[in-house]
Amino acid sequence: MWIVKLAWKNLWRNPTRTLVTVAAIFFAVILSMVAEALKLGVFENLVKNVVSFHSGYIQVHKMGYQDEQILDNSFSQDNTTASLIANTRNVNAVTPRLEAFSLAASAELTKGCLVAGINPELENNITQLKTKLVAGKYLKGSDNAVLMAEGLANSLKLRVYDTVMLIGQGYHGATAAGKFVIKGIVKFGSPQLNNGILFMPLPAAQEYFSAEKQITAYILSVHTDKLLPTTAVAVKRVVGVDYEVLTWEELMPDIKQHIATDSNNMKIVQAVLYLLICFGIFSTLLMMMLERKFEIGMLVAIGMKKSKLILLFIIESVLTVLTGCLAGMVAGVPLIFYLHYYPIRMGGDTAKAYERFGFEAIFPTSTDSTIFISQALTVLMIGIALSLYPIVKILQLKPLTAMKK
Amino acid sequence: MKNIVIDAHNISKVYNPETIPVYAVNNIHLHLQEGEFTALVGPSGSGKTTLLNLIGGLDKPDHGNIYINGTDITKLSARKLIEFRLHNIGFVFQSFNLIPVLTAKENAEFILLLQGVKRAERDKRVLQLFTEIGLVEKMKVRPAQLSGGQQQRVAVARALASKPRFILADEPTANLDSVAALHLLDLMEALNQEEQVTFLFSTHDPRVINRARRVITLVDGSIASDSAVVSTSAPHEHP
Ligand SMILES: Nc1ncnc2c1ncn2[C@@H]1O[C@H](COP(=O)(O)OP(=O)(O)OP(=O)(O)O)[C@@H](O)[C@H]1O
Ligand SMILES: [Mg+2]
Repeated sequence: MWIVKLAWKNLWRNPTRTLVTVAAIFFAVILSMVAEALKLGVFENLVKNVVSFHSGYIQVHKMGYQDEQILDNSFSQDNTTASLIANTRNVNAVTPRLEAFSLAASAELTKGCLVAGINPELENNITQLKTKLVAGKYLKGSDNAVLMAEGLANSLKLRVYDTVMLIGQGYHGATAAGKFVIKGIVKFGSPQLNNGILFMPLPAAQEYFSAEKQITAYILSVHTDKLLPTTAVAVKRVVGVDYEVLTWEELMPDIKQHIATDSNNMKIVQAVLYLLICFGIFSTLLMMMLERKFEIGMLVAIGMKKSKLILLFIIESVLTVLTGCLAGMVAGVPLIFYLHYYPIRMGGDTAKAYERFGFEAIFPTSTDSTIFISQALTVLMIGIALSLYPIVKILQLKPLTAMKK
Repeated sequence: MKNIVIDAHNISKVYNPETIPVYAVNNIHLHLQEGEFTALVGPSGSGKTTLLNLIGGLDKPDHGNIYINGTDITKLSARKLIEFRLHNIGFVFQSFNLIPVLTAKENAEFILLLQGVKRAERDKRVLQLFTEIGLVEKMKVRPAQLSGGQQQRVAVARALASKPRFILADEPTANLDSVAALHLLDLMEALNQEEQVTFLFSTHDPRVINRARRVITLVDGSIASDSAVVSTSAPHEHP
């Protein structure tokens, strides 16, 4: 007990140095928590974005569709397969889609576009299509009308309740042609989608493409993103070899790549941060050992066992590092929650890069509670590991050498 | 016959044996009995500090054996030596003896804490020591607020706390003015006469040498003279 008291008194030997060390650890914990929360938060946000604009978390196609996206690679919709998929663990919702390219035309203009036959209700559960509506009304399953992306509508100079002509190739070489009323306009962040997609109810699409009962994909959402690979494997097992099962990462490898790069950058930031923490703590330890060298030598000379001295120094380190860590956590948690609700907004090139993918360049923090603990623990570990330095010094110490001036 | 507390046999310490060897302690025999009050004198570089460090178990001789109360300390491991010093030898260094963050009382008590002595006994012993060194009113004060002489007296109290076999002091008065030096000597002498505490100290100060009952003079690492009684002898010739 006296040793704890002595350790405590030693911390007040040079209050400025102790305070500087505690402050270094305090800021280290905050920064590393924010860095980690941003890393995870950006990732979560991007995934949510990617998935919610079109792809879903997982898609089931007929084998070969991903390489050759034509109607002849469609498959016939069957309720047992759909319900088998829906009952797979971690699968949250399933919706069918029939997608193919056509030519859209107004009175004087034409433009190529993707025609997506959807189940309006189920689709909305997965991609929140209804929230993207900027004019008109959302589709009903029995409608013979379309939702047109805003950019496409602008190119064709069409507005809600105008009629669009569609001409294309249907299933097995049939000619597809039809006239549809634009029931609503939807707006996407992604230029690719915004300039080239229109939606119609699945039965209408099947009739237009002469593809009765056919679909090109099941789109799935999942409960938790973390189990995505195993879920894909489980779905694959359910649907069998005639189908291909792809996660969003496989569907959009470029976005996956982008996220990976960002998260690596964040790791570098964290590594530099940890390095700075190490140097900060180490330099104060170095100074302290130099300052107390004579005294340590004197203590060993009069008979203080090295194990007791080591215990003394460990208690001093733990008190310092723990105080900094706890204070850092107490201050860091509200900061992270603040940055979650008022996320950092990027400008310039970063913003442009994100806009290319159709995201807003905002960086909300993740509020996953493991971040707080893991980061504080990491800094704590660094602090404790560094206090090995005084221990080694004490073990090597010869009292006479230490007491030489 | 009194107990022999220090019995050094043929001890030698050579520095730089490979290059230019310095025989800091050269084949010294030395016996010290319980209750002695001995000064170690000699010119600078004659080996006083080296000899005290060897006897105190802070350094190992290259040759010879040192028996402290029958234990050959040259045979002890570094770890055992620390333990041995704690229980058998009191140290007073030239300066910076005290832990700056502890009060005078806590500094003197420190040895007892290391030995695991119970609180009631510690308090009793420390109060007794501070009465002896005449600093009871300064017990709660930190070293920085004590004069150099007072600090050295607290260091003596600490050295005495565990009732060691003897106290080694390498130039304990070197950093003190003459009044404080003589005051410290008074204290050491009183402790020696009233409680039979054995002292072995090195010094350059003639007035301090005059107070010693035995003076051992070192020259070039060897004992040049050793007198048991000095009270009647004339002061040493010093320029
Ligand atoms: N660590 C060392 N390495 C090399 N030589 C040393 C070392 N310590 C002491 N010496 C040498 O050993 C000799 C004895 O030194 P020592 O310190 O014992 O003398 P001293 O009598 O205590 O001197 P002083 O009165 O100046 O304190 C000196 O020549 C000194 O230079
Ligand atoms: Mg000396």
